Amino acid sequence: MKSDIILSGVGGQGILSIAATIGLAAVDNNLYLKQAEVHGMSQRGGDVQSHLRLSDKPVASDLIPFGSADLILSVEPMESLRYLPWLSKTGWLVTNSNPFINIPDYPDVDEILNEIKAIKNHIILDADLIAKESGSARSGNIVILGAASAFIDMPFSSLEVAIRKLFGRKGQDIVDANLKALNAGRKLSDAYRK
Amino acid sequence: MKKLLLLGDEAIAQAALDAGLSGMYAYPGTPSTEIMEYIQSSVDASARNVHRTWSANEKTAMEAALGMSYAGRRAMVAMKHVGLNVAADGFINSAMTGVNGGLVVVSADDPSMHSSQNEQDSRFYGKFAMVPCFEPSNQQEAYEMIFDAFETSEKYKLPVLFRITTRLAHSRSSVTLRDAIPEKKLSLPVDPLQFVLLPSIARRKYKSLVSSYEEVKFDIRLSKYNHFKDGSNRELGIIACGIAHNYLIENIGESNKEIPVLKISTYPFPKDLIKDLTSRCREVLVLEEGAPVVEESLRGILDDGMKILGRLDGTVPRDGELNPSIVARSLGLPVESGRDVPSLVKMRPPSFCKGCGHSDVFNSLIEAIKPYGQGHVFSDIGCYTLAALPPYSAINSCVDMGASVTMAIGAADAGLHPSVAVIGDSTFTHSGMTGLLDAVVKDSSITVIISDNSTTGMTGGQKSQATGRLEQICLGIGVSPDHMHLITPLRKNHEENIEVIKREMEYRGVSVIIASRECIQTATKRKKDESANA
Repeated sequence: MKSDIILSGVGGQGILSIAATIGLAAVDNNLYLKQAEVHGMSQRGGDVQSHLRLSDKPVASDLIPFGSADLILSVEPMESLRYLPWLSKTGWLVTNSNPFINIPDYPDVDEILNEIKAIKNHIILDADLIAKESGSARSGNIVILGAASAFIDMPFSSLEVAIRKLFGRKGQDIVDANLKALNAGRKLSDAYRK
Repeated sequence: MKKLLLLGDEAIAQAALDAGLSGMYAYPGTPSTEIMEYIQSSVDASARNVHRTWSANEKTAMEAALGMSYAGRRAMVAMKHVGLNVAADGFINSAMTGVNGGLVVVSADDPSMHSSQNEQDSRFYGKFAMVPCFEPSNQQEAYEMIFDAFETSEKYKLPVLFRITTRLAHSRSSVTLRDAIPEKKLSLPVDPLQFVLLPSIARRKYKSLVSSYEEVKFDIRLSKYNHFKDGSNRELGIIACGIAHNYLIENIGESNKEIPVLKISTYPFPKDLIKDLTSRCREVLVLEEGAPVVEESLRGILDDGMKILGRLDGTVPRDGELNPSIVARSLGLPVESGRDVPSLVKMRPPSFCKGCGHSDVFNSLIEAIKPYGQGHVFSDIGCYTLAALPPYSAINSCVDMGASVTMAIGAADAGLHPSVAVIGDSTFTHSGMTGLLDAVVKDSSITVIISDNSTTGMTGGQKSQATGRLEQICLGIGVSPDHMHLITPLRKNHEENIEVIKREMEYRGVSVIIASRECIQTATKRKKDESANA
């Protein structure tokens, strides 16, 4: 098995928490993992991407070759399009519909959504709204992770375990809200594909 | 066996701790910063009281590490590639003095300049200093190599260069740990003149340095990381260095039986293994991240031997980071591609955080300097360099740490008035102070604005050596108290701050304006920590 995943968004949107959650779950499943992430200045409101590779065999390259990502998981709609050269023909694109507008020439949101809809395998969710309903407005990233979990070759429960571990020190309320966000994302994604 | 999920940087840090490290020295710089951060947050390092505070710059870090080595204990110093330029004086001469306790110098290169001014290759420095150099290809190997680097350093009494690139530094993978070994005891050098580079001593030491460089390459501690795997194809053999080996394996597979492959991960590189490979093939392709260091050595000055493919003939792009698709192309393999990026996708450059004090500094400066037109502001390296971009477009230079002050001096010498330098607090203590001393001594007509956010902001908020000391430092250097101003860059002080800047720009002499407001990121983190501890 292998899952090559591009995580994308803007600095500060919680991409690295998603990566950490998947990473923890992968270790629990005895999978090989490589995860390349962006540090430094580009985090200051710039675009951020992370390559995450899971496999039951050793992973050689830290970077995913073009045209072979199984999944683009994005917490921002325009950012999901920036990484299309990596997406394989059968890959899925899962994205938040809420734009993060910190540039003067941010394109028309409907045009962005139309571009996304032109991709055969896509899921667009209002993750911020779902997060709010789950009790933690800041867990939009975890909603998207939940929605994308259908395309990551690991048991869903191991992501729940990872969230308990990762958010454990922040208190039970935060853990519960994130678990709720994860489950809500997954449920909507399952419904979306029917 | 204990396993951890670690960044390359973290694997290096963990390995150093497990190898009995007594002192870690560094100045923050992407992509090397996380090495020190990991050691600073390590419970083990804290329990053992391993030295682990930031240094003023890479040179002071390098020299302090050499001092710890002098005292017989294991020390590590880490920096980004351009930081090695700053530390080069101490680094090159540490090869001459040699070491006592093991000394590992980690330099993190940044091909493709993700957050750097150039993409220089630290392996040149290894050759220049004539010291052993390790270049790991993955996180586990980075971990293993640190043990061997310390032992090699102690065996040959030489510092060891440890070269990584961005992708390894900032990629996470599972790492299996070894049993930790205890720290070394304090012990002085056997030869009391070892660290004394008087010319007569230095000449003797240089001879032994030159001879040891040849000797080092056959040492098992280094050579076990280089291996040659033969293949049935007699057309093309491949030399892959460090992380480039991963990209190659991604394309041809671990069990490749066709292409002969030589993996090189230590320098001086193994001539005998290269012969093994080249004697079997008609052509050779060199894959290395960074500059064509190995390729150039193979070509030599006559370049009339076998056909060599690589960065110099365009088989591999001459600049930039490697990736599996670039390597596939250089092998002549088909490269897959997904869809093109739709044209509506816009660039999203980094920008000032909401509520950043630097932006208020520039808002006032832009207005104060308006009557003089463009071209008067020299800047430095830090978050504030973003003022080069719209909507500010307010700075005209960013060259190296400290160059704002010294370039302003030169421009003022040429007759440019006003000549304004903008520098951050951390950069000021890194390399700005000495330039300011020059300015004071020469009575240069410059205005220095220290945009003080009380942290090293760009690399994620490390402690700045300048916090609480800037005013004292400037006065101590000799700045006149009449032309030293403290301002607070807030919107409500905008008019007042414009007046101060205007007045000091008109003054023909050295003036310093310290604009202090804590970095918004650091402040948020600090408040969070405080409430968590309350």
